Amino acid sequence: MASSSGLFNSSIGRKVAMALSALFLLIFLVQHLTINFTSVFSEETFNALSHFMGTNPLVQFVLQPILMFGVAFHFIMGFILTAKNRAARPVKYAQFKGSANSSWMSRNMIWSGLFILFFLGFHFYDFWIPEMNYKYIEQNAPVDDRYYEEVVHMFKNPIRVIVYVLAFVFLALHLLHGFQSSFQSIGARHPKYTPFIEKFGKAYSILIPLGFIYIALHHYINQL
Amino acid sequence: MMNLTLKIWRQASSNAQGKMVDYKVSDIDGDMSFLEMIDILNEQLIAKGEDPVTFDHDCREGICGACSMHINGEPHGPEGATTTCQLHMRKFKDGDTITIEPWRAKAFPVIKDLMVDRAAFDRIIQAGGYVSTNTSGNTLDANAIPVEKKNADMAFNAATCIGCGACVAACKNASAMLFVSAKVAQLSLLPQGQVEAKDRVRNMVNQMDLEGFGHCTNTGACSAECPKEISLDNIARMNREYLSASITAED
Ligand code: HEM
Ligand code: SF4
Ligand code: FES
Repeated sequence: MASSSGLFNSSIGRKVAMALSALFLLIFLVQHLTINFTSVFSEETFNALSHFMGTNPLVQFVLQPILMFGVAFHFIMGFILTAKNRAARPVKYAQFKGSANSSWMSRNMIWSGLFILFFLGFHFYDFWIPEMNYKYIEQNAPVDDRYYEEVVHMFKNPIRVIVYVLAFVFLALHLLHGFQSSFQSIGARHPKYTPFIEKFGKAYSILIPLGFIYIALHHYINQL
Repeated sequence: MMNLTLKIWRQASSNAQGKMVDYKVSDIDGDMSFLEMIDILNEQLIAKGEDPVTFDHDCREGICGACSMHINGEPHGPEGATTTCQLHMRKFKDGDTITIEPWRAKAFPVIKDLMVDRAAFDRIIQAGGYVSTNTSGNTLDANAIPVEKKNADMAFNAATCIGCGACVAACKNASAMLFVSAKVAQLSLLPQGQVEAKDRVRNMVNQMDLEGFGHCTNTGACSAECPKEISLDNIARMNREYLSASITAED
């Protein structure tokens, strides 16, 4: 009488799906940071890479939709899991001392995630919507050296810089729990490799967001 | 000797509206167990003709798992690797206020006061937490089947779970993954348990989901509060086992 509810209707299956979408986003972040970081030292490289990413059909019509799906899947699943988990405790404790047994990051994934989501909306409005408009609505002819100017100009505004910095602080908090958690969710735990995954995850969770913060501050300070 | 204020969840029956009620107890000895302190309160209440506080307890030596109490925001109170019956009053100070609540989970409805119904755990065990052996009288020697020492140790550690439910009580999602994973691991790590391993893990996880426990978000609160220090290794092992059993299942 094995269960017939199916893998992805099960609690474990949903967590595996969540972890896979998260691991995909972790890989995407490395790629995104690598390209953005070139803007710190080489205008030409940044323009060339941005032009490639913005015009290559494989990137535009295959990878970009996959990324969109990955992001949407991750936060929608995040909402669903959080709602189900709250429903599993309909009457709350009068006193609940989570700090005695777990990290703040692990208990607040939905809040760090929501701040990242808010940032993503802002980020889309800043870059993606103007970009889509420029390329596909207004149908402008491709100009391959406009990207650097556009990006640097964005970071003139201190409010935007503050939002960016805060978002990446929340991303760091999200990942300080999330990185190793996604390995646990897919069952990847081993006495030899887990300590490495945990250390690597900590380094990743701090260095990657720090890289993005550095870029924003770099361009802001250079324009003061 | 200590004088304490207790804030205790009182609820007359499963459907009744409950509330926190304040009580005073005095002359509490540091060598008393937490349950003995509650016994003193109950004697006072009975002497006054009031309804004593209902709570689960049985062995009072840390092996049955009955004594479910959420004390000052933690299952079984502030001390690690202990049940409520093994928690001593010397862990508290004169004048302290202690908050005592039942386990809170949809799958563990309150029966009365601090007593909850943990039959959900029994139904999970019934769904697959056993090996189907023929007990026709031909008892085999326990050492007849070789078992790798490492696996024997891990199975033994998993088998120390006493089904207390502190893992569910501590988890912000009221997830039962630590309990279920211990009950899966104690069998699937051994040759006798491997015969039914695939069906077992799928059936037990399915029952766990039907009971309304939450998802695991890997906070680790369960293992930190578990009186038997059951390891998160078991949860990862169950994730692996469940994944491969579901993918390879033919039904
Ligand atoms: C680039 C952005 C993001 C990255 C790299 C990321 C990464 C991660 C990782 C690695 C996990 C752990 C997965 C696991 O435990 O199996 C996770 C969990 C989670 N994420 Fe994100 N995340 C991102 C954006 C978001 C957003 C926008 C939300 C929106 C609400 C969100 C909500 C959540 C929630 C609620 C969880 C916990 C789910 C659970 O453990 O059941 N995340 N994320
Ligand atoms: S895993 Fe630990 S906390 Fe959970 S029921 Fe077993 S003994 Fe209790
Ligand atoms: S009463 Fe048995 S473990 Fe506490």
